[in-house]
Amino acid sequence: MKPHGAASSDLLRLDAEGETERITSWIRETVFHTLRRKGAVIAVSGGIDSSVVAFLCARALGNERILLLFMPEADSSPHSLQLGRMVADALNAKSVLEDISPILTGAECYRRRDDSIRLVVPEYGPGYKCKIVLPGLLDAGRYAIFSVVVQSPDGKMTKVRLTPDAYLGIVAATNFKQRTRKMMEYYYADLLQYAVAGTPNLLEYDQGFFVKNGDGAADFKPIAHLYKSQVYQLAAHLGVPEDILHRPPTTDTYTLEQSQEEFYFTLPYEQMDLCLYGKDHGISASDLARASGMTEDLVDRAYHMIEAKRKVAKYLHAPSMTID
Amino acid sequence: MFGRQRLVTVPTKIAQVGGLLRMLQTIRKFVIDNYLFGEEGTLSDEDSFMETGIIDSTGILELVRFLESTYTIKVTDEELIPDNLDSVSKIASFILMKQSASRQTAQERSTRLSEETRA
Repeated sequence: MKPHGAASSDLLRLDAEGETERITSWIRETVFHTLRRKGAVIAVSGGIDSSVVAFLCARALGNERILLLFMPEADSSPHSLQLGRMVADALNAKSVLEDISPILTGAECYRRRDDSIRLVVPEYGPGYKCKIVLPGLLDAGRYAIFSVVVQSPDGKMTKVRLTPDAYLGIVAATNFKQRTRKMMEYYYADLLQYAVAGTPNLLEYDQGFFVKNGDGAADFKPIAHLYKSQVYQLAAHLGVPEDILHRPPTTDTYTLEQSQEEFYFTLPYEQMDLCLYGKDHGISASDLARASGMTEDLVDRAYHMIEAKRKVAKYLHAPSMTID
Repeated sequence: MFGRQRLVTVPTKIAQVGGLLRMLQTIRKFVIDNYLFGEEGTLSDEDSFMETGIIDSTGILELVRFLESTYTIKVTDEELIPDNLDSVSKIASFILMKQSASRQTAQERSTRLSEETRA
């Protein structure tokens, strides 16, 4: 099986060694001199982005100056923790396991989410699993409207379009997860006088695929300038474990397996990368379609979607407003 | 004969136009209240919500809820497309089309019922 990123276009080919050098010296300068912190805390999810950030920080600061945090909760896949431990083992780095389920239960994250799901699926209850999904980008030109997919204890799957109350309720409740993790990261950062590393890649950062003051918050974000396929190239160069390289990107936020594509991007990340590159480099939809093998219609829709998501991301990126 | 027809048709047309104007006004007020925070600005009935960026995907959910409850219709997933919902006037045309389809279905059902009763 080919690792992710292997099929990415030459447009996004990276000088992995040169880029690693550039990023690691930036991390050293930023953490030690700009932020004046003694090391870095990295929340490791078992996914490609946080693994690459952990490897970069270890190389930049030394493995004795990084702390890896594993923060599973009741809905996390157990596989994520296994993958996270592989990163810690490969780097011989300190790590801490913090199960955040009790905090989330205390905040009534699960109860609030389930109440919101019951607004559209009244029978939803114990033993059920769920996720929220978007239609594909080419799904008859429809608006990107979320539906909830639930699986009953006997395995029956149901998909229901969300009402605004249900959608906002589910999202607001599940955002407790990212914000709780960030709170824990800053606990250790305060304890050790470390800086908190953020792990978004360019697609996530640009398109607003993060929770404001949750995974969107960090002291430094060393791969926020890299397309997802470039992150995979760096991962292969840095020696990130094969199991992580081959894992499909997932949100690991809902009880049913949920890809990033169905939750947010509506296109596979290789195509999203190319469309974002094309849009930002003034490449027309027809030229990009010819060069990439996508249809012009698909590229055109992706260009519109990128613009629409950027508008939504504006609020997510905005710092607290003050009067000049 | 011609005169009598006019007498029947003109008030009907006036009522239809009046209904359409009221509908445009209601939809417009909803859009202004919910997405423009009550500031009417220069929004015209033809302005594309997507191009002007005033409604995001959560906004579409709110819009659908408003249309379904105000006009007692059901918007299907397949109907969630810009051709139906991307401007005040497109929404009004969509609602008229839905209402007309619903009237036609009701009429067909009633005809069928009365035929079955006669039989």
